[in-house]
Amino acid sequence: MTVILGQTFTGISIGAVLLLIALGLSLTFGQMNVINMAHGEFIMAGAYTTYVLQKSISSAGISLLVALPVAFLVSGALGALLEWLLIRRLYLRPLDTLLVTWGVSLMLQQLARDIFGAPNVQTRAPDLLTGNITLIGGDDPLSVANSRLFILGLAIAAVVALSLTLRLTPLGRRIRAVVQNRDLAEVSGISTSRVDRTAFFIGSGLAGVAGVALTLVGPIGPTMGTNVIIDAFLVIVVGGIGQLKGSVIVAFVLGALQSVLEYSTTVSVAKVLVLVAIVAFLQWRPQGLYTLRTRSLV
Amino acid sequence: MNVLKGRSARAWAGFAGGAFALFAVAPFALSDFRLGLLAKYLCMAMVAVGICLAWGRGGLLTLGQGVFFGLGGYAMAMHLKITDAGPGNLPDFMQLYGTADELPWWWRPFENPVFAIAATVLLPMTVAALLGLFIFRRRVKGAYFAILSQALASAFAIWLVGQQATTGGTNGLTDIQGFFGYDLDDPVNQRMVYFVIAASLLALIALARQLIHSRYGELLVAVRDSEERVRFLGYDPANVKLVAYVVAAGMAGLAGALFVPAVGIISPALIGIVPSIEFVIGAAVGGRASLVGAVLGALAVAWAKTALSEEFPAGWTYFQGLLFIVALAFLPGGLASLTKLFRRRRAVAQKSPVIPVGEAA
Amino acid sequence: MSGLEIRQLRVSFDGFTAVDGVDLEVRPGDLRFLIGPNGAGKTTLVDAVTGLVKARGSVRFGGTELLGRSVHRIARSGIGRTFQTATVFEELTVLQNLDIAAGAGRGAWTMLRRRRGVPEPVAQALETVGLTELADSPAGTLAHGQKQWLEIGMLLVQEVELLLLDEPVAGMSHDERQATGELLQRISEERTVVVIEHDMDFMRSFARSVSVLHAGRVLSEGTVTEVQADPKVQEVYLGHTAAEDAADVAVQEA
Repeated sequence: MTVILGQTFTGISIGAVLLLIALGLSLTFGQMNVINMAHGEFIMAGAYTTYVLQKSISSAGISLLVALPVAFLVSGALGALLEWLLIRRLYLRPLDTLLVTWGVSLMLQQLARDIFGAPNVQTRAPDLLTGNITLIGGDDPLSVANSRLFILGLAIAAVVALSLTLRLTPLGRRIRAVVQNRDLAEVSGISTSRVDRTAFFIGSGLAGVAGVALTLVGPIGPTMGTNVIIDAFLVIVVGGIGQLKGSVIVAFVLGALQSVLEYSTTVSVAKVLVLVAIVAFLQWRPQGLYTLRTRSLV
Repeated sequence: MNVLKGRSARAWAGFAGGAFALFAVAPFALSDFRLGLLAKYLCMAMVAVGICLAWGRGGLLTLGQGVFFGLGGYAMAMHLKITDAGPGNLPDFMQLYGTADELPWWWRPFENPVFAIAATVLLPMTVAALLGLFIFRRRVKGAYFAILSQALASAFAIWLVGQQATTGGTNGLTDIQGFFGYDLDDPVNQRMVYFVIAASLLALIALARQLIHSRYGELLVAVRDSEERVRFLGYDPANVKLVAYVVAAGMAGLAGALFVPAVGIISPALIGIVPSIEFVIGAAVGGRASLVGAVLGALAVAWAKTALSEEFPAGWTYFQGLLFIVALAFLPGGLASLTKLFRRRRAVAQKSPVIPVGEAA
Repeated sequence: MSGLEIRQLRVSFDGFTAVDGVDLEVRPGDLRFLIGPNGAGKTTLVDAVTGLVKARGSVRFGGTELLGRSVHRIARSGIGRTFQTATVFEELTVLQNLDIAAGAGRGAWTMLRRRRGVPEPVAQALETVGLTELADSPAGTLAHGQKQWLEIGMLLVQEVELLLLDEPVAGMSHDERQATGELLQRISEERTVVVIEHDMDFMRSFARSVSVLHAGRVLSEGTVTEVQADPKVQEVYLGHTAAEDAADVAVQEA
């Protein structure tokens, strides 16, 4: 029983990390259909922001709290800059965007290597987040790391904030209008280029927040973004374009699957099996879990 | 018809020039060391020929060619490791890790040279056919296909690393000594490997050119530009794409197989996400839709990598990033589009017919 | 020659019913016009027949049921269509476009070899649609009307028995419309043709029979005169009583 509960919670916490990483993508890839491979490096930028802040703010707790908004701004600004420099020229060529942003990602990784050095660095977690909470006591105990709970909470907060922004604010309405019909939005007086840049700012900013969270569960290094970006894209592919709820469900399902398979096989075999499961799933739902059905010929 | 004849004559001249350079000039002009490097670059160019077909002509951005390159490479390396070890012995790394008393069952067929050679091409083609069937039938395309192919490269590399006892793990299969009875330490035999690779590249180019200019090649471009329209003409685009994908996989497999005797190693680091995407950049820089462009682009990028990364490793990474950005954002047709532009200008100046975009070799 | 028989056809997208129980019969050799206001379900009907959208009911052509078959199988059973915006392979030449359209039944060996010369049916189609001179130009460089003719030419070499044309004369000049109409009449001597059209003048000049669609249903059916005299049709076209006014409004909409 405890084993099952333990695996479930491991799955949920893997899922929460996946969700945080994929959330920004659900805006830039899911809503705007831009494949930004440098998204992983925006995560990295968020993580290094935490590292730098901790050097100037001695309290680990305060520096982490300060890092959340600062990382959002740093990565968001990088994203807006990238959108302005390159991506806006490529909206009609999604595959070329993928390769162009891969080039950007290479350069950002090298930049990180030149500034911070190639070896991984580490931050100190605040005392409050280093311990465990015992959920079930007794002979067969089940405990959960506080940092994992914090990430879960952060993921839920980020999802709620993003979906409220999309649903309730004028900005959100404008983003959805542009996603659904760009030309119509343009003639209705919406500056689509400004909406694009703002959406990209938010999506990339969320990557920065994910980067802050990742400092709690692993080392910070120049290639940390590359290691997670593929999984994040798979979440969106399986979840379906243009739907936040698809990404949320799929992140947790893939997390659970990964955890169960890792438990019963090995980490490397689990990776392969998860991919097989994804291809099998796409046989059933080629457009992902949730789709917007339209009659257009594409 | 004159345009057609002119094009075919130019192609023959180019092909003969390439053969002359590879067989008559390079072996005498280059040192053994440089010739070995060239052999390695030519393997990269073989992969690029397949990418030109699948991506340039078919619109399939395959970011997982490393998987097929790796399947071919491992198939060849497994056979060579078994023969290096000699009858009754285990390959060195298996003895080192000491977990197995005998060859794993899936190594056994590779003892047979015919099986191993056939597998270097047929294994990647089979994997590509299975995967392509599942993906294309369900109309998973564009970015989705690109991401899935990349995930495949990632999963394959991770899986190889995880199977240390039977695949050599992170190290891969290294220190390969002989090639079907020839000692690879001998420069003469290295030279022979180079000639095999050069001849294979020329053969693949000829094959790809035939495919591109056949009716199938025209249909492939049609599928790339409007898949749905092709369906209304009574074709199943899934099959059309499948052929290009499978052929490209076979080419990558052959390239991987020949890479092993030329360089002496195959490892997960040569086939994961990063090398897979590096295969694409050469084709992109030279011109994805043009065979000559893709091949020359792959050679140039592979050469630049060696030349620059030896002296300025950091500089190379920045340069490579810039290549991606400049080639794809500002010159999507690659360098080949520059010559086409020039040729068209000249053609317009001479009042002769405009050369169609989809026609350059 | 075969005719088209549609029974109780229904198409809905996420709760919205675009085609709501259409019964339609097109006799072999007919030149049928489908008209109706925007959103009447005309294009969706053609989408359903050609397998692009899922539908319930029955669509039979020459006795075979089409619903549930994949798009390319329906195309192979002799049904071809064009699209509202002319869709041709822009990077290929006119000749290559037609050659591809002619070749769905080719074997692997033929596919893997080069095209030598111009196949006879392709040459004929080039002549019929008047594009012989432009055979080697990329289709992307054609004028709008020429692209629409190329699409019709592609249906001809495809040897379809049923042509479904979605606004084939939109954006054409008066002379081009006249030429297209005459071409369609000639084609319909040997094949069955269904045309979606907003241009009432064009319809009056060339239709053999007309079906009026409204809100996903067939409102009226018959010859041009019969349909124009139908009070239900006049009602739909903005409540005007005179059929002439209705036509003018419809033309502006198109």
